Amino acid sequence: MAAKVIDKKDLLTSIDYEHLPKTGVFDTPIDFRPGTWCYPAKPEILEKLHFPNPRVWSPADVDWKLPENWKEIVHNGFKERLEKYRSFKVFLDICVRCGACADKCHYYIGSGDPKNMPVLRAELLRSIYRNDFTMAGKILGKLNGARVMEEDVLKEWFLYFYQCSECRRCSLYCPYGIDTAEITMMARELLQLVGVNINWIMEPVSNCNRTGNHLGIQPHAFKEIVEFMCDDIEEYTGVRVNPPLNEKGHEVLFVTPSGDAFADPGIYTFMGYLLLFHHIGLDYTLSTYASEGGNFGLFTNSDTMQKLNGKMYAEANRLGAKWILGGECGHMWRVVNQYMDTMNGYMQGPQMTVPRNPITGTVFNNAAATKMVHIAEFTADLIKHGKLKLNPSRNDHIKTTYHDSCNPARGMGLLEEPRYVLKNVCNNFYEMPPQTIREQTFCCAGGSGLNNDEFMEMRMRGGLPRGNALRYVVDKHGVNNMACVCAIDRATLIPLADYWAPGVKISGLHELVANALEMEGQNEREYNLRGEAFADLMEEAE
Amino acid sequence: MNAFYTLFLVLALMLIAIFGVGAAHLNGLFGVWLPYAAAAVFIGGFCWRVYKWATIPVPFRIPTTAGQQKSFDWIESNPIDNPSTTRGTWLRMMGEVFLFRTLFRNTQTKLYYEPGQEPKVAYFSQKWLWLFAIMFHYSFLIIVVRHLRFFTDPVPFLVNVTEQLDGIVQMFQPNFYMTDAMIVLGVGYLFIRRLTRAQIRYLSLAADFFPLFLILGIALSGIYMRYIDRVDVATIKQLTMGLATFHPVVPEGIAMSFYVHLFLVCALLFYFPFSKLMHMGGIFLSPTRNMANNNRFVHHENPWNPRIPPHSYAAYEDDFREPMAEAGLPLDKPLEQGAGE
Ligand code: SF4
Ligand code: SF4
Repeated sequence: MAAKVIDKKDLLTSIDYEHLPKTGVFDTPIDFRPGTWCYPAKPEILEKLHFPNPRVWSPADVDWKLPENWKEIVHNGFKERLEKYRSFKVFLDICVRCGACADKCHYYIGSGDPKNMPVLRAELLRSIYRNDFTMAGKILGKLNGARVMEEDVLKEWFLYFYQCSECRRCSLYCPYGIDTAEITMMARELLQLVGVNINWIMEPVSNCNRTGNHLGIQPHAFKEIVEFMCDDIEEYTGVRVNPPLNEKGHEVLFVTPSGDAFADPGIYTFMGYLLLFHHIGLDYTLSTYASEGGNFGLFTNSDTMQKLNGKMYAEANRLGAKWILGGECGHMWRVVNQYMDTMNGYMQGPQMTVPRNPITGTVFNNAAATKMVHIAEFTADLIKHGKLKLNPSRNDHIKTTYHDSCNPARGMGLLEEPRYVLKNVCNNFYEMPPQTIREQTFCCAGGSGLNNDEFMEMRMRGGLPRGNALRYVVDKHGVNNMACVCAIDRATLIPLADYWAPGVKISGLHELVANALEMEGQNEREYNLRGEAFADLMEEAE
Repeated sequence: MNAFYTLFLVLALMLIAIFGVGAAHLNGLFGVWLPYAAAAVFIGGFCWRVYKWATIPVPFRIPTTAGQQKSFDWIESNPIDNPSTTRGTWLRMMGEVFLFRTLFRNTQTKLYYEPGQEPKVAYFSQKWLWLFAIMFHYSFLIIVVRHLRFFTDPVPFLVNVTEQLDGIVQMFQPNFYMTDAMIVLGVGYLFIRRLTRAQIRYLSLAADFFPLFLILGIALSGIYMRYIDRVDVATIKQLTMGLATFHPVVPEGIAMSFYVHLFLVCALLFYFPFSKLMHMGGIFLSPTRNMANNNRFVHHENPWNPRIPPHSYAAYEDDFREPMAEAGLPLDKPLEQGAGE
């Protein structure tokens, strides 16, 4: 952890839901203290992407070096989006400020800052909407909650729309389904127009565009990484796997977030996939060109999202793959489930067919349009048909719980499949309290491109509800592992757990699957995929 | 402060009616022309707003999934909270409109301190808002239905039944309607909640108090007319039937309280299409609630879908051909050929 994190006691005592600022919503000065905002995008990155207004600036500066006519740009961009998205217009129009969403946001729960209530987050934008686009707002002005666009308003947008992880928990509780995540997306698009954005999103976007993945891993390096993983797999399990890369003529193209190829503990999940595919003899290939399932375009604007997403179909066509299998990723699946076929369905080549599991014969009718299956669905189907030889007792040192990632939970509804898999590979599974899982799940507080170090204070604040729920099962059941199906989670939940519930490890689902697999020609299996001896782990657990 | 302003505004509206009819004798204006104008603005404005929404495209299918998706036969999906069919979506929507299902699930988050321990984030079930909101909305609906008797002759069966059921608790003379009490209770709670809960008070605008006072004013003036002033219903019906049949008449001897009541109703109708009260129409058009989660198997068309191709594989290979060849990765164009360009 790079940045010094706020002391836990200070954090907790600073939260006060009852005593609100004396000043009104729009009169409270904004506080750009470090730890609550992310660094802006570097100019060379915006130039590469042909994005507007590349320059060196900092949110802490007084002058943000906006283009001269920035107000006009924002106003026109606003108007354009009101005409393109019914969701945007309806959500701006019908909020009754009932406050049902107010205390549902993890950033609000962990900060007590009223502008982190989803309703007020939206009001930051709605106030401008009223003034610029509604009659009542124009006539009644401030009395009706309208205000005029100023530089301070734009700064406030930057602060609070990058303190929203687009997790949609608020929309679950809103009686009209108002989704503040949707409003945040629009706000971020508007900010993009005048060059106000963050590097942690724009750099992955730029990398992904050129090298095929967020981390900028070039093709030869990607191959090396995969080979390293194969070596590790061989060392720990005695089985040599040989995953094809960029090969034509295979049935399935497998795409997973590049975080899994790079960072600990994601790599163990990647190794898990490789072992699983070897176990069942899947006819598949990986691709270095489409080596990213995640899509930071979702956090940028819809055009960028479409551009990055298109690679999967383009590559499936080039390689002649019939369908695509997608790895464990959160927002990747939001994009696949809600946008992919709409945006890029036209790209699908004639060779693509409704996915069918070649091992079990199951036809994935629920993926008939996208031609893309979630790995948890795939593995659940394999287990259901008894196609995996499993020895879950190898995971007996683990007492695991399961963290639902926001996107698969509230943007897809993938709740049971991963649980089914998890329960089949781990004998000790405990759920966190019901208000914090499944569709009510809490964000890791680093979603939507906020998983950087400089944002650590807000991440720990937003991590309070998840951390608290985790702490609960640690105290009650001695849980020592939290599994998840999201690459960002695998990175962000580690500091979160260290801070709020020390001693809990984070793992992907398929890491645990692979540790339980009985492979043909395996060794004694004394080590897990992390290279830790099972015997030691058992002892530690007791 | 906002609450005070709007209270005064509503009181001022009442005074306008009293002076307008009592002192200026503008009975025709208050009894006929304003109601016509208000009805026209309401109907026209409402339709216009809904029409405007409906003409904006819905580029993406973005339902909030509040339950298990449909995947395998052996995994039970949640056909209402995560609908995959039109029927399920319809049921979900009906649940929202008629039962306020989402609001029913509301919770309240608190930090819960136990001595010597770190605070716990606790979630309490919070059904009061649901209870009073549903009470208020249904009372309003029933009252509107009851009032249809002033605009129809003969009075439809359904209106009579509603009225009789509403008055089933016979407590006073004239017959007491339960909804009269319930609407006051409902609005009262919504108001008190806005004042007493710190968070809600902080986020409330004048536009949140105004409709509450207005509706409270309408309810109280109606109650006053009926139970205290005991106005002559027959003459009022003469006026309202005149309005309904487009042969307006302004009979003599209608009580002042009626004009106040009517004027506040007109104010509400005028205000409605320009306000948050449009949530009544908007909920039907909310894309997170009125769409099925079936995007992976049923194509959804975005009318303005651009075609933005990805950075192509050919360009990618051009960029990395040499290291790819070295690493032994398959190439579309062999090294010699690619290097020539
Ligand atoms: S729950 Fe919905 S209507 Fe209520 S304040 Fe929040 S966004 Fe507005
Ligand atoms: S989408 Fe999530 S982070 Fe954003 S306002 Fe809603 S609850 Fe908060």
